[in-house]
Amino acid sequence: MAARIQISPRPKKGEVVEVRVLIQHPMETGYRRDDVGHLIKRNVITTLSCRYDGVEVFRADLSSGIAANPYVQFYTVAQTSGDLEFYWVDDEGKQGSERTPIQVT
Amino acid sequence: MSRAVTLALALVLLALPALAQQRAIPLAELKSGSSFLGADLRSLQNDDFANPGTLWLERGEKLWSSPAGAKNQSCAGCHQDAKTSMLGVAARYPKVDAESGRLLDLEGRINLCRTRRMGAQPFKYESEELLAITAYVARQSRGMPLNVSIDGAARSHFDAGEKSYRLRRGQMNLSCAHCHEANWGKRLLSETISQGHPNGYPVYRMEWQTMGSLERRLRACLSGIRAEMLPYGSPEYLDLELYLAWRAQGLPMETPGVRR
Repeated sequence: MAARIQISPRPKKGEVVEVRVLIQHPMETGYRRDDVGHLIKRNVITTLSCRYDGVEVFRADLSSGIAANPYVQFYTVAQTSGDLEFYWVDDEGKQGSERTPIQVT
Repeated sequence: MSRAVTLALALVLLALPALAQQRAIPLAELKSGSSFLGADLRSLQNDDFANPGTLWLERGEKLWSSPAGAKNQSCAGCHQDAKTSMLGVAARYPKVDAESGRLLDLEGRINLCRTRRMGAQPFKYESEELLAITAYVARQSRGMPLNVSIDGAARSHFDAGEKSYRLRRGQMNLSCAHCHEANWGKRLLSETISQGHPNGYPVYRMEWQTMGSLERRLRACLSGIRAEMLPYGSPEYLDLELYLAWRAQGLPMETPGVRR
């Protein structure tokens, strides 16, 4: 699963930073059928969380109403230099992660 | 009239259609599919981070330099850096391959390269790999105007493509022209009918929730007018793709486009 994160580069301490994340995932709803009429099993990312320097700053419970390749955007306050780590898990139990460093100036 | 004058006149008349094939839609009125989108999808397409199609570009970039096949060759092995070698290439497809005389779209060219130069299996139609590498190659022409050749060996394909464009099909008895030439800009249920240009392909289509080729889009149109869908790789699609590319001549490429 490919994913990518984008944050404002080199924020100042105390600055509000925009965090964007895009994850490649089919987000299969469980309501669709394949070419021969069989139900395609539901497989969506159920949990997406983000830790900033080890502290959880964001968590979302996604469901079948979210489009494929989910794109999430939120804001956090730049406190210390550290890693922004994303974790997610889907219905098949597959886990994904991606991280990017925040460099506070 | 002297014989010389008659001959000259006949030559001019013969040359005319080749010199100036009449445009279906005047250049000033050409509108890309993206201009029929809402502001949200248009901004999604123009956002290099959030445009979901860019996920396929990443994969395509990796494929470009991954060796494959009996000759253990990669695209980069011959073409080096795609950013320079593939500049403007996609804007000239579909194109007739000089060696085989076949009309090829970009997918067909990539697969021919795989079999002929790499000794590898061709990628399957609509496979993630084929979409990724095609999108990556086409991305290198973003912003460049479509510019296909319809002369020489391509002419018969162009004529067949135009015929196919104007052929009434299916239970609704509609041709491509009925929607995309005579009625573009008008509403069809909740949507605005576009001019049907191929300048953003492969595109990320919301309805598909994934990336898809122009052939897939043509199949969706055929199914929409309740006509029989031709199989993938059918030469009729290629002729039509050439006609569509010529029809959109001058529009800048937008790959990876985002469409409804």
